[in-house]
Amino acid sequence: MSRIPQSLFDAAAVNRPLRGRVAIAGAATYGCGEAPGMDDMTLLVRAAQAAVQDAGLSMQDIDGLATCSVNASMWTMPVIEHLGINPTYVDGTMIGGSSFIAHLLPAMRALEAGQCKAVLVCYGSAQRSATFGRKESVAARRFLDPQPYEFPYEPVLPVTAYALAAARHMHEFGTTRAQLAEVAVAARAWAQMNPEAFMRDPLTIEDVLGARPIASPLTVRDCCLVTDGGGAIVLTRADRARDLARPPVYVLGNATAIWNRQISCMPDLTTTSAAQSGAQAFAMAGLKAADMDMAQVYDAFTINTILFLEDLGFCAKGEGGAFVAKGGIAPGGRLAVNTNGGGLSCVHPGMYGIFALIEAVRQLRGEAGARQLKQHRTAVVHGNGGTLSSQSTAILGTAETL
Amino acid sequence: MHLSAQTHYQAELDAGRFCIQHCPQCQHHVFTPRELCPHCGAGGLRWVRPSGLGTVYSTSTIARKADAGGSYNVALIDLHEGVRMMSRVEGLAPEDVRIGQRVQAHVAQKDGRGLVLFTPVQAQGGAA
Repeated sequence: MSRIPQSLFDAAAVNRPLRGRVAIAGAATYGCGEAPGMDDMTLLVRAAQAAVQDAGLSMQDIDGLATCSVNASMWTMPVIEHLGINPTYVDGTMIGGSSFIAHLLPAMRALEAGQCKAVLVCYGSAQRSATFGRKESVAARRFLDPQPYEFPYEPVLPVTAYALAAARHMHEFGTTRAQLAEVAVAARAWAQMNPEAFMRDPLTIEDVLGARPIASPLTVRDCCLVTDGGGAIVLTRADRARDLARPPVYVLGNATAIWNRQISCMPDLTTTSAAQSGAQAFAMAGLKAADMDMAQVYDAFTINTILFLEDLGFCAKGEGGAFVAKGGIAPGGRLAVNTNGGGLSCVHPGMYGIFALIEAVRQLRGEAGARQLKQHRTAVVHGNGGTLSSQSTAILGTAETL
Repeated sequence: MHLSAQTHYQAELDAGRFCIQHCPQCQHHVFTPRELCPHCGAGGLRWVRPSGLGTVYSTSTIARKADAGGSYNVALIDLHEGVRMMSRVEGLAPEDVRIGQRVQAHVAQKDGRGLVLFTPVQAQGGAA
């Protein structure tokens, strides 16, 4: 009902000087899938240790930290305590699953300013296996983070919010149920080439359409997994990253946009604030969607991928359904999307953003095994948080993109 | 005592009255209830009674087992006054609620608290 918000921020003018000044020097996952006996901290710390080792650094080299948790509002403190680090840069920004992508730009400024030399961005969740798991967390958050104008109508969140967006997209643009299913089928086809992916059984469009209904038009196969998992990356200045163990993956652009919290307050259910975060991230990078060799986007639900491909500029608004149809984003399609299998088939421990980043790093480094893309110079990584509430976009590239 | 906008909204609902806010400065209606106008930043939002007429902006049928009450509707309704709210359309099967359908608000009571629900507006004779 409200007009779509506009931003006058000139990302090209303000942030272009930061383009490529910081690189991802290390990246790792740990315990993706099921990790019985683990807890959030254990998964985070083991992923962090592996990422720091991947970068050729030691934990004592880490003097910057960015992390957040679904359950603990002061999560940076126990992480600092557990790791035994003494960071001069701390970012606990929590905007849902996009957080770890949104952590990039502030960390870039801190590294460039000399506030710190190595930033660890990390996450872990045992929501599938822990005693206090996803169900308990959702129940607790009803009290800690109430939405008094939505909860009385018993929307099963987050899925109902995405179902409402999908229904509206179908109504406005003629997007079909089968096109939504294409997103899940493509994700599964990628997952079948990823030994780390949690669900690797064959999946057809008919399987998705015939799966258990959750919130129309979405079935359970339109919904992301509920898994455990930890993920971490290490950021350093680019000049330092070049002297470290692994090929640097440069951060060319990053921007974050939030227009609302509740789906009922979203101005237009078919245009997300990814339209803003994407435009500003691409402006910082001096690149456009057509320059991307891959897209790693937060596919919490099948409609997400369609919305973000449109909002990031891979196709016009309303044409996302046709874009993904006929295997458009499956292996061999017109665009490589979510090459690890995404949140739909690979891993989704509550917040997925860090895993989208890590998959882009693996592809850009050329270490993605059977699913490795032939052309792997640029990637757009896009995170979503809440119920289409927060959006953060990053543009990554190899040395030849500098 | 100054009531929060949420407390005032719910108290009115509990008394059977559906109120939304209106900004005296920029003349926009406002929902969800707030302290400040999200369009112009003004305070002093006034409570007004909307017409209750609205249009279904989007709708979903939430699957629930029959012994738990069965499937139900969750919808987003665009009110005639230019604001949107989450609600439920009743008086027809949840899967029969349609985007674009014209609906009318009423205040129901659930567990002793007022709740805005909608029912379809019967089509009048002639073209809509």
